[in-house]
Parts: sequence; C-alpha cells; structure tokens
Amino acid sequence: MVVELTINGNAYELEAPVGRTLAEVLRLDLGLTGTKIACGEGHCGACTVQLDGVPVLSCITLVHTVGDREVTTIEGLREHPLVEAFVEADATQCGFCTPGQIVTASALLAANASPSDDEIRHAMAGNLCRCGTYPKIERAIHTVAGDGGGS
Amino acid sequence: MARLIKTEKEVEGRYSEQWVVVEEDALEQWPEGPLRTVGRPATRVDGLARARGEARYTQDIQLPGMLHAAVLRSPHARARVKQIDLTPASELAGVRGAVGPGELDVLTDEPNYEGEAVAAVVADTADHARAALEEISIEWEVLEPLLDVDQALARESFLSDPKLYERGDIERGFAEADVVVEAEYRTQSVLHNALETHQTICEWEGETVNVYTSTQWLWGVRDEVAAAFDLPKDKVRVICRFMGGGFGAKGSAGDYTMIAAELARRTGRPVHCRLDRREENVNSGNRNPTIQKLRLGARSDGILTALSADYVCLLGWDGWLPPTAGPVQMLYACDNVRTVEYGVRLNSPPMDAFRAPGFVEGTFGLECALDELAAKLDLDPLELRRRNHADHDPLDERPFSGKQLMECYRRAEPHWERRHEVHARADGPWKHGVGIATQLWYGGGGPPSYAWVRLAGDGTATVLTAMQDIGTGTRTAMAQIAAEELGLPVERVTVELGDTAHGPYAVVSGGSSTTPSMGPAVRAAAGDVARQIREIAAQRFDVEERVLSLAEGKVINADGGSWLLEEITGLLEDGQILGKGARGPNPAGMRVMTYGIQVAEVAVDVETGEVVVERIYAVHDIGRVINPLGAESQIEGGIIQAIGHSLSEQRLLDPRSGKVLTRTLDAYKLPTIADVPEIVSELVDVPDAHLTNLGSKGLGEPPIVPTAAAIANAIRDATGADVRSLPITREEMLGALHEADERRRVPERVGAAPA
Ligand code: FES
Ligand code: FES
Repeated sequence: MVVELTINGNAYELEAPVGRTLAEVLRLDLGLTGTKIACGEGHCGACTVQLDGVPVLSCITLVHTVGDREVTTIEGLREHPLVEAFVEADATQCGFCTPGQIVTASALLAANASPSDDEIRHAMAGNLCRCGTYPKIERAIHTVAGDGGGS
Repeated sequence: MARLIKTEKEVEGRYSEQWVVVEEDALEQWPEGPLRTVGRPATRVDGLARARGEARYTQDIQLPGMLHAAVLRSPHARARVKQIDLTPASELAGVRGAVGPGELDVLTDEPNYEGEAVAAVVADTADHARAALEEISIEWEVLEPLLDVDQALARESFLSDPKLYERGDIERGFAEADVVVEAEYRTQSVLHNALETHQTICEWEGETVNVYTSTQWLWGVRDEVAAAFDLPKDKVRVICRFMGGGFGAKGSAGDYTMIAAELARRTGRPVHCRLDRREENVNSGNRNPTIQKLRLGARSDGILTALSADYVCLLGWDGWLPPTAGPVQMLYACDNVRTVEYGVRLNSPPMDAFRAPGFVEGTFGLECALDELAAKLDLDPLELRRRNHADHDPLDERPFSGKQLMECYRRAEPHWERRHEVHARADGPWKHGVGIATQLWYGGGGPPSYAWVRLAGDGTATVLTAMQDIGTGTRTAMAQIAAEELGLPVERVTVELGDTAHGPYAVVSGGSSTTPSMGPAVRAAAGDVARQIREIAAQRFDVEERVLSLAEGKVINADGGSWLLEEITGLLEDGQILGKGARGPNPAGMRVMTYGIQVAEVAVDVETGEVVVERIYAVHDIGRVINPLGAESQIEGGIIQAIGHSLSEQRLLDPRSGKVLTRTLDAYKLPTIADVPEIVSELVDVPDAHLTNLGSKGLGEPPIVPTAAAIANAIRDATGADVRSLPITREEMLGALHEADERRRVPERVGAAPA
C-alpha cells in the first residue's frame, strides 16, 4: 500500500504493507536511524517523533495512520538549540535515549517556553534513560528555556 | 626496554596472576590538581554525534543483503526436547536457514532455565524470522524445576564450592563484644535493561568474520568467537563504535553472536541477531538475589570485635559467585571475621555482572547492620565508622595504595549534620530522616592495555586503541589525557576506538577498569610522541632537547621563545610521528581500592508506606579525576540506578514455573526523571601516588554501591523501622513499621543479645 509522508519538510512516497510502523519506515526504509528502538512496545520513549509537533511513539504508530500530519524526527531537529544544550550539560551518556529525549523536550518547549521543574518532569517522564542523565536533561532544558536553571 | 613481569590482575573482584610485558614507564605523575585539560570539565567529544542521532549503534547498521535471525527460546524453566523438526519453518517463504540443538554449542535440547536458546531461524526480515519460529514443530517433556532455595541448599545444588573465609578467632571476638547485632537481609534480582538490547551482526569475508556487536569488550568477544569457530584470533574482527549501555551484562559474546555467526556462515550473507526487550529481560543476565545472615559484635566504645556473615547467592543456572563478602572482609578493621558464600544453582536465568556485583549487595547488609549497631551502642553512625577505619588492607595487612576515606568522612560531615533540620520537617504522616553508608570497591584496572598515538603534519593527533566507550565518556577522557601530554587543545585530538582491526588490545569496559587501565597507556603513547617532537625540534632549531616543552599547541623553549607545533610537524608533510604506550603494572604488594560515603535524606509516609528519596550527597575517592563533568554524570547515573534498586526494581519469577513475570519496561519499574532527588556530589581528586603515571581509578561502579544502605538507614532515622529487604516497597515499609511498633510495645533490654 502506498503511503505519502512529509518528514522534516521533505515529501516521501513509498510502499508499506499494512501493519508497518512509522519507526520501521523511518529506520529501515529511509535510513533515518536517529530514531531508536529500545522496547518496540510503547514503554520507553526512545522512538519518540513529533506529528504536527505532538510527541508520539513511532514504534506503536502505524505508518498508514499518520495521514497528512507533518513528521519531525531528530534528523529534523539537529540544529535545535537543545542539541547543543544537551552536549553542554552532559545530558548524554550512552546516548541511546537522547534523540527521543530531545524530540520530546523540543515539543515541550514549543508549547511552554519556560517550563517549571515539575512541568519538565511531567513532560519527560515517558522517556526512560537507563544511564541516569535525568538531572542533566533538566539542566539542558532550563538552559534553552533561558531561565538559568531549576528551582 | 621491555620487561617481563608477573602481576596481579583484578576484574570485578576476581584476582588472577598473569605475565605481562611492560615498557619502562618513564613518565612521572602530573602534579596534583586541575591541569590545562585533565581535571577540567570537558563536554563529550562524541556528544554531538549522539545527540543529533548521527552515531551508529549496532542496531543502526544495515549491511547489503542483511538477513535477520530469531531465536526459539525455552518457554520452560526445565524441560527436554522430545522431538524437534525445523523443516516447516525452513520451508516458509523468506526463510533462508535454520539451526537446532546439536548443531551449535549455544543451542540445547535440555534447557535448564526459561529463555535458554534451543533453535534459530534466519529470514529476509525480522518479522519473517519471528513468524517462522511459530512453525517449528517441537514436543516438550516438561520437568520439575529446582527453584526453592531451601531445597537447593539441602541438595547442595551449588555452581561452585562454597567459599569460606576466616581470620582471627570469631568466637573470641563475640566473647569480647559488649553488644551484638544479628539480622537477616535480603536483596532482589534486578535487570540491567540497557536501552540498546543485546545484539550482533556477523558477516564473513572469506576466512574472516566481521562481528558488529553491542559489547563492553571487543577482545573478549573476539576470543570467544575464534574459539567457537576454530579460527585464528585475528581472523575475527569485532566492531563497536557506539554502544547503547551495558552495566555489566555485555561482557561476553552471548548466544545471539554465535547464532548470527553460524547463520551468516551458512547463508553467505550478513545476519543480524537482536534480542527484543522481552528476551532481554529474561535472558541477558541479572543481578543475583541474596540472603544474608549477619552477626556483628562490638565493644561499648564501638570497636568491632567480630563480623560474621553467611551469604546465599541465588545465581541461577550459570554465572559466577560475585564477591558479596568483600565489604565485610575489607571495609573495616576487625580482627575476627568469618564469612561463607554459597552460590546456589537454580533453574532460573543466569546472573551476570551488574555494576559492582557482590559489593552492592554486601554493602547493603553490612552498612545497615552497622547502623543497627550504632543505635544499640547509642553512638553516632559516622563516628562508629571512623573508629573502625581500616588503615591497611584487613585481608593481608597490605598497605592501601591511596585512601582518602577519612577525607570523604570529613567532607560528608556537614551533610550528615543536616539531620537536625531534616527531622524538623516532619509533617503529619510524613517523617524525615538522614542516613549514611560507606563505599568500598575495586577500580584499579591493570595491564595488558595498549594505545597508539599518531601526530599528523597539520598538528592534529589521533589516539588509536581498540577499547570501547559504553557511554561512560572514555573517548573524551582519553582525548583529554593525550591533549594534556601533547600540549594540545582537546579539539585537536581524535580518539578512534571500537574496532579490533584498528588499534591494539584494550581492557574490558567493566570493573571500573577502563580509565585506570587505558589512561596510562594513552598517556605513555602521547608521551612517546612528545619526546620525538622535542628531539626533532632540538635538531631543527639547534637547541637542547631538555629545554623544550609542549603547551598550547607550541613547542616552548625555556628561554621564552616558541614555535607552533605545525612548524615542526609540517616539515614532514604527510609524514607522521608515531607513539606507542602500554599500561604499566600495579604497585606490588599494595591493595588498590576506591572509597566514598553517601548521605541520603528521605521522607516516609508512615500511613501508606510511601518512601521518597529527597536528597543524596555523595563524595568518592577515585584518585585523580580526568573529567569532572563526565564524572558527575557517572555519579548521578549510579545513584539513580541505585534508587531503582532500592525502591522499585525487581525481577519477579513465578515461584512454581520459574518464568520471568517482569518482561516489559511497563512491568519492570525503572526510575524515571520524576523519581530523581537532588543529587550533590564531589570527588576528593587526589592522585593515587603509587598507581601508574596517572594516579586515576575508575568511577563506573563506586556510586551505586552505598546508596541502598544509606536510604535504608535514613528510613530508620526517620521512623525507627528496620527495612532489611530490597526493594523497599510500600508493603515492605509498612511491615517494618509494624514490627517497630511491636518492638516499642515490648521494650527490649538494652544490651540485647548476650555476648
Ligand atoms: S521503542 Fe517505542 S516506546 Fe520504546
Ligand atoms: S544516555 Fe544511555 S539510556 Fe539515556
């Protein structure tokens, strides 16, 4: 079945069987491997992308349900100030969760330019990091929000 | 001159003697304190690649023509395959091959734990492969699994002989005690759950096999694959440039690697074998549960007279006995010590190393018991620890190579003093308390480990060594060390790692051994280059070599003049200056350890049993600190994992079938960002004067060691309840509160158990 997608501002038309997930299309068909798969069942946030700016889990999003919503992946956010902020704050250890964290955090900042600690924790709680970069993630988000750190 | 010596090697507390050839280490240690690059915060050299999603992990590699394998794993904890037929699976469209028991060592027809590999298929896509598994025709005879620990002990089902350790006279020690504490502690099984699951891609090129794998040890995988396929070792090339977490569970090749290699050999195509999350949670190792019976005796002044501990470690079907008794044997000066460790073999998935295996568990029991002792003695817990400080290694009277534990205690003092104001926060059912616990762990690293450095005509340097960066920031630390030695900004140093074909042998990224093993080798290699630069400059500019030094990208003459490094290297155009370095031996006759203390502040709701960790202060002594920023991240990461271990994480096994019930990240509760307390950390940062040209030890494991005990001790401080079992669920907490209430009603005689 043919599917048309807009990903990071680029239009794609490709063949995808029913049941194919957005994550599979991104990673396997388009080589956009910045989106990671850590559980494949909606429990960890590593595969987070945005649909019209809203974070969704691409591993449990069927590609045929995307419709005309704009897909944004980490590849489309490479110049986002959060990327630099994550590096500066050392918010990436093994880095496997990091793209997903940045995708979620950028959606948060787009909706709320200076989130409180609680708002950050609420928005980011679905993105697991086994290395434990959480304090640095909070710091990175605060830096970009320009409020110089949490309470 | 190369020198052949016999040296003691330690990995995760396992010691062995081995021959190594070491070069004369001509370099003196750098002076204490932050230098130009070393000792100053550095952002990760590979941070951008990771954050931008450009870093290619094993999972991201797609080779042309690559096939995908799926593994049939035993659904039973103990069973026998009566009949198996792979044909219906192999005949499916898209399936390219299958392999079963008897064809590969890692496949069995008599599984002894749930998840043990039985057969595998390889197909065009992972979906095809998984679907094909369903078609394998298999008939099981299900057998009764051994899961009950008492039964296992009665049957003496041990993986290795029980380990007995004794020093002094334990009976006399207890006879001399004024106060005795006796208690049983339990720790649970926890799962590593690195976000990148275990996986490997294998590809044969003639007689060589390329192994792309998510590993903590390239060279260990190389040796295992070479042995399994009867290949010369260097016909196996192992590659892992970016790695999505290991925490101890990725130290060996694993069944998935052997399966990928075999199926790639048979099909002549690259094969990817990847565990999914559910396999990961069953089959990729775990921290083994323990049951600990401790008895401590002390004089009324707090001096320990006797320590006795029995450890039952539920290892599962395979694995090894971690050094659970280590803290009791080595943390405090005590003349009379007796420990016994049993490694029980059960029909449950094998344990594997998990960040400070043994010491995490052993420290929990010991440090909780010590606080129970302090309460009985009516002595300040910090003072009790000071009074029993071990000035030398209690095992064999060896001096410690460098030990700043008393300094850690001193720095922790103000945080411990906060308890008075913390208690005052009590509000309704919420009680607040503070607890401490001391940390001891290895972390000295050792030889053999090598590095090469090449300096190009444009004055940029490349460090080559086939080590791994598993997310700990070793790429960055190595770049800093080379930059320091060469007098270059860190931006002019590249570190190439993660490929056994591109650089010399390197140590496992485990046992907190990477920085202390690799750092000195990298420094030695850079030092070799620096020496050659001075020699070349001396000839070119007709000055004496000894007046030259390297700094800020220049060669500096003692008379004040200087030349840009490129003026010297540029002479060679595309010529390169090559340096090599090897890790020297550990200091003979000394014990190399890491130390620290953590102070936990908790709040407990005595009505619901909810426990909230509000603050952790950590101070550790790991010798010289290379990168304070990365080190802080390591400490935070260790503490956050420890909070999961303390409060929420637990692998649940069905007691009858032996099946793992917590297979998903939904069922298995990892800490989230919302569970993180305020974490304040510092490092003593005094180089270990006896250890290598660097004086640095490892930091991967120390921070996870004392946290659980500090939390439990804070809970006692807040509520008077003794929590002795992990994780501290609400049920556990309410049970402990209830017990404490009962105790208050029937007051015990002070001085308790007769000596
Ligand atoms: S990979 Fe999609 S939520 Fe875990
Ligand atoms: S950085 Fe490793 S999982 Fe987040």
